Amino acid sequence: MSGSSENSSQPKAEAAGLKSLSKGMVAQPVIGSAIVTLIKTRLIEFTRKPAAVFWTYGFPLLMVIVLGWAFRAQPVEQLRVAVEDLPGQQRLVELLRPNEQLLVEVATHEVSIGLLRSGKVAAVLIPKAATASDSGEASFAQEPPLRSPVAEILVDFARPGSLMAQLTIQRQLQTAAGQQDVVPTVITKFDQPGSRYIDFLVPGLIGMSLLGGGMWGVGFAIVDMRIRKLLKRFLATPMRRSDFLLGVMISRLLFMLPEVAVMLFFTSVFFSVKVYGSWFAVAFLVLLGGVQFSGVGLLVASRAKSIETLSGLMNMVMLPMWTLCGIFFAYQKFPEFLHWPIRMLPLTPLLDSLRGVMLDGKSLPELWVEITLMTVWSVGTFVVALKIFRWND
Amino acid sequence: MTSLAINCRNLKKTYPSKPPVDAVQGIDLQVEVGECFGVLGPNGAGKTTTIEILEGLLKATSGEVEIFGLRWGKDDSEIRQRIGVSLQETVLSDDLTIYETIRLFRSFYKRALSVQQAIESVSLQAKSTARVSKLSGGQKQRLAVACAMVSNPELLFLDEPTTGLDPTSRREVWEIVNRLREDGRTVLLTTHYMDEAQRLCDRVAIFNEGKVIALGTPDQLIRSLEAQQIIKFSTASTHDTQQILEPTQALIAGCSQLPTVSNVELEGNQIRLACGQLHVVMPALVEVLRGEHMVLADLMTRAATLDDVFISLTGRRLNEDRKEA
Repeated sequence: MSGSSENSSQPKAEAAGLKSLSKGMVAQPVIGSAIVTLIKTRLIEFTRKPAAVFWTYGFPLLMVIVLGWAFRAQPVEQLRVAVEDLPGQQRLVELLRPNEQLLVEVATHEVSIGLLRSGKVAAVLIPKAATASDSGEASFAQEPPLRSPVAEILVDFARPGSLMAQLTIQRQLQTAAGQQDVVPTVITKFDQPGSRYIDFLVPGLIGMSLLGGGMWGVGFAIVDMRIRKLLKRFLATPMRRSDFLLGVMISRLLFMLPEVAVMLFFTSVFFSVKVYGSWFAVAFLVLLGGVQFSGVGLLVASRAKSIETLSGLMNMVMLPMWTLCGIFFAYQKFPEFLHWPIRMLPLTPLLDSLRGVMLDGKSLPELWVEITLMTVWSVGTFVVALKIFRWND
Repeated sequence: MTSLAINCRNLKKTYPSKPPVDAVQGIDLQVEVGECFGVLGPNGAGKTTTIEILEGLLKATSGEVEIFGLRWGKDDSEIRQRIGVSLQETVLSDDLTIYETIRLFRSFYKRALSVQQAIESVSLQAKSTARVSKLSGGQKQRLAVACAMVSNPELLFLDEPTTGLDPTSRREVWEIVNRLREDGRTVLLTTHYMDEAQRLCDRVAIFNEGKVIALGTPDQLIRSLEAQQIIKFSTASTHDTQQILEPTQALIAGCSQLPTVSNVELEGNQIRLACGQLHVVMPALVEVLRGEHMVLADLMTRAATLDDVFISLTGRRLNEDRKEA
């Protein structure tokens, strides 16, 4: 009949037995809810696709590892500085050398300018002869302050590193030449992580991962089912439409929780990222963010009939948020008039509130504005999606 | 008087494209409880649109539809509890097992058979833990029927259940449909295979271009043809019997003059005659051929089928891409 394992006498016996069985079959009441079965089924489907599991869990983690490593705190931030090869350069180099922060190299004028222009050095020093009589060998400490500059420091004020280099060079030259502070101060190293770039970045990456997961996890699954005419098939059953959409959203949340937990665990162990607020608040915000982006994913996929259309829509939604909402750098860098529209986008309140809890130790009530915004997005997207959802093409 | 499972009156559906398409132009259909009713017609005839309206997947432009006396738009939930639907193009999830697939559909209903019973009703017990991706085409189709069956429906819609299947799988599915009929369920079957319609259905409605052009039992429809025998032949010259000749106008004219012949058609180098009485036509045909200095190169005769009914009504074949049996 079908497989090679069945022998030919079986079908006849089956058919005879089945007739009577079929006649005796009675429908029994169905216990248990459709939503639970929908969620169970989605979970089974997901865990049986190894590729999906990797991309959902492995990829965000990989990104955190790579970016975290690239942006990890350096023991001492070093500044490269070029000194032009002119009379007097040796003296300058000697004065600068004791400072650990400065990496000094000597180069010709053209090369130095080129290095400054391409950002490979933070500043360029041009030695100037003090008087006609010396070639830069004069002892600066013994003579009264000279009128004409001993070195010209080329600084690019558009680069923060350059400014830092200039100040460091100035300070180094003065102290090496014997300057004493008029107001004595002492420098102590501050050692609580929270202001490093990685501390800023980790909440950003969590938000980014929730965004991507909601869009692709929910959006792709739905369009795939629509293409396979499975949605149409479901439409012919008494399944409640809201049950289906809720089932998809809740499944997404269940996948996402371990993902974020692993990310936070990993970054706290390997990059010493700390959560200064309560872990409960973090969990709450992550959950709310997950719900919100499931809703956005649902809305984006509500009518798309092909993966190409879906990809286009997803890019349209995701790319602006990646750039504007503050994943990699604070959105305040954008001009003022953009700030309030950016705050309205769903990713921004998530990032602001996550950072509020993780970096500033804020409590949930303090973040009521962000929480309200995210709730509005969660409920609004679900309601609209339910209304415009395309079940049958 | 038996009650009607489906009562459809003057159904119309126009798609608002540019220009608008009148897919369904006034269909009347009454399907009695316990009947196996066939909807036969070529692609684009309006079958799918009509069936989707009856299944509640599409809204009609006008007309009335009653399923067990209930109406779409008013009693949707109740109707859905009582019908089962198997759609042709549905692709079930590859990674789920048969058991898990049926269990999902089962969860949507208030009352249903057990998953095991649904599996047994289509003879898939041996495969209940197999993943859908590992099933053959015929097994997948039976699974689709099982999903439609799980709610123990009174009315089953089967949309092209054997399209694309090999002969063995087709027979498996036919066996299941017969079992459903023996249960006393009502079945509405759409197909473009006339052998399927003849074999399975109590009554058949033939669709063409948005209308029902014939309705009755398969026997009634075939008997409605004056000509119930089909002869197909090709000719060769008396001088060289290996060389197949192209039929001449004279030959065709001669054939149409033959007694009890109602229809003459050309199919490549073959002539197809629809006639009433073989024993009268055959001798006369040989005479005509002799007059044209031709002999029979090959010859086939068979009884008329629903395909021939369709040809006589529309001049076209039911299934344009399939070779005639």
